[in-house]
Amino acid sequence: MSQEKKMKLSLPVEEYVGPGNLACQGCGANLALRYTLKALGPKTVLCIPACCWAVIDGPFPHSCLSVSIYHCAFETAASTATGVKAGLDMVGETEMNVVSWAGDGGTLDIGIQALSGAAERNDDIIYVCYDNEAYMNTGIQRSSGTPKGAWTTTTPVKFPKEQPKKDIDAIMAAHRIPYQATASIAYPEDLYRKMVKAKSIKGTRFFHIFAPCPTGWKSRPEDAVKLARMAVQNGLFPVYEIEHGEKFTLNIKLQNKKPVDDYLKLQGRFRHLKPADIQALQAEVDREWERVLKKARGC
Amino acid sequence: MKKVIMGNHALSFGAMLGRTQVIAAYPITPQTQVVELLSEMCADGSLKAKFIKVESEHSAMAACIGASVAGARTFTATSAQGLALMHEMIHWASGGRHPVVLGNINRAMAPGWSIWADQNDSLSERDTGWMQFYCSSNQEVLDTTLQAFKVSEALYIPSMVILDAFALSHTYEVVDVPDQDKVDEFLPPFKPYARIDPATPRAFNGLTGPENYMELRYKLQKDMERVPDLVESTGREYEKMFGRYLGAVDPYRCEDAETILVTSGTAGYTAHVAVEEMRKEGRPVGNLRIRMFRPFPFALVRDILAPAKKIAVVDRNISYGHHGMFAQEVKSAIYGRNGGAPVFGFIAGLGGRDITPVSFREMVEYTAAHDRPEEDILWIGVKR
Repeated sequence: MSQEKKMKLSLPVEEYVGPGNLACQGCGANLALRYTLKALGPKTVLCIPACCWAVIDGPFPHSCLSVSIYHCAFETAASTATGVKAGLDMVGETEMNVVSWAGDGGTLDIGIQALSGAAERNDDIIYVCYDNEAYMNTGIQRSSGTPKGAWTTTTPVKFPKEQPKKDIDAIMAAHRIPYQATASIAYPEDLYRKMVKAKSIKGTRFFHIFAPCPTGWKSRPEDAVKLARMAVQNGLFPVYEIEHGEKFTLNIKLQNKKPVDDYLKLQGRFRHLKPADIQALQAEVDREWERVLKKARGC
Repeated sequence: MKKVIMGNHALSFGAMLGRTQVIAAYPITPQTQVVELLSEMCADGSLKAKFIKVESEHSAMAACIGASVAGARTFTATSAQGLALMHEMIHWASGGRHPVVLGNINRAMAPGWSIWADQNDSLSERDTGWMQFYCSSNQEVLDTTLQAFKVSEALYIPSMVILDAFALSHTYEVVDVPDQDKVDEFLPPFKPYARIDPATPRAFNGLTGPENYMELRYKLQKDMERVPDLVESTGREYEKMFGRYLGAVDPYRCEDAETILVTSGTAGYTAHVAVEEMRKEGRPVGNLRIRMFRPFPFALVRDILAPAKKIAVVDRNISYGHHGMFAQEVKSAIYGRNGGAPVFGFIAGLGGRDITPVSFREMVEYTAAHDRPEEDILWIGVKR
């Protein structure tokens, strides 16, 4: 008897995102959709507003996806999905996952009104924000998802972003939606598990997926997954799920929280930061992490 | 069955009898009764539709577009500021070829705040690729709504059914509400050639380069050019079934008229009354009420205006720095024809100021007294 070791695949082999698409090298958003669709399967329609994915999919008449997509206006990812869901219900297609697939600008900035409206109505959609922390598709302009201290083309080195990242997850929790989660492309099994869970829940479900952008972050393409992992392990991007705005579960606990220093140094967008700036950022991350731990303890 | 209903409810009945499947709307004066009655109808089951109570008009049109591409018949209603907020999505609906039907209550644009009638809200959307129908009675509102669904879905071009604030929206009239069976026969369910379908994945509206974009727009225009014939045949089919005909235009005593008034909306109805009175006095006047502004019925307008020595266009709107918008179209329609009959461009009734039979008499008298207009815009009743 040979001692054959069988490798167990932790994700389904089915692919819904085709190769050779227009994503940049090391694109985090590409992986985010790849893992998401492995969980949601073929009975899915994506409503994609202006964002990197509006381009990645390919120009008319091409598409790299084997699910339906509707390209919608920038601020309408949620409202279009709401309409699609209502229309599908009326024509008897009740089994489809209707997904809004938007970037941080389309979610935290221009699309927040429609998203809040859909969440308040508890419309039966899955809204996914893949967060690459700036308007990358238009050429790296700051969004309210851009972190404090970062360079973008509209926050030059002499005047980097002053404000911290908008806390979209707290905003969504305040809507008391049945399910929401943060996830990272560095933890595909966690993302997959939560997306499968979300699929079985009715009502508004919200995902915030951390998706590094080598082009906009001025980092090496081969570091994209590494950076995503570092952001989780240094506490910058905590990975958790919340049910009904209240039941908070921290999915990835940290035994030894790493310093943010190494993470920042791998990215050109933070190159201008001085040791004192990095110290100040570290203090803010520590403070935010304490808040996350408090929520995890239920207080 | 005959009912006494307000203009807004004529829209609601049109949407109900048309078996609208998804409604997404946001309230705005003077449109509110349209959606109030529709929510009642959805609640009591007389209309089996999803009513999405969205948080803005922008989302209303986005949701209608989403529902339409899913394969559902969709309806919304708005007015003025709401239509302006929708503007981006108005382009999206026509560009994406989604046959949404929208009821718009003509209301003047702010500021200053106004809730009263004029046409600048809908006419600001004239270049968006939507059909536009201006109504002058509640019966016409209901009948136009049903025909709009049919024409829109045949050509994948969305429609606006338009009525004046208060003068029609809140005015009660007798309306013959057709039987559902007969409406079903006239208007079969919406079956789009392409929709969101798990069996056949599609990508809608992908990035379209210079090598393809122009053809999409060419096709929209070519289909727009098919509208006048389709409106005529649909109007005749409707007449056979329901006994009422509506075309792109409604001419009254134009054949032997020396001066023809060109009107629209409720002012067109008032003009009809004024022409009746003036004819009794022996004045050779006629009234051409234009129902369809987009596509503009050039051929019909040219033919009907052919006998006129003078043309008096009445605009309840203005394109600042230019003229009234109906006047622009009429000039463009008769350019190089009609023996050069002068076009008198009157602007009246902005922001809900009344346009009365006396107003039309004033216009006809001015036209009789002048060979040509003294100014490009002739203002009626303005305090200078």
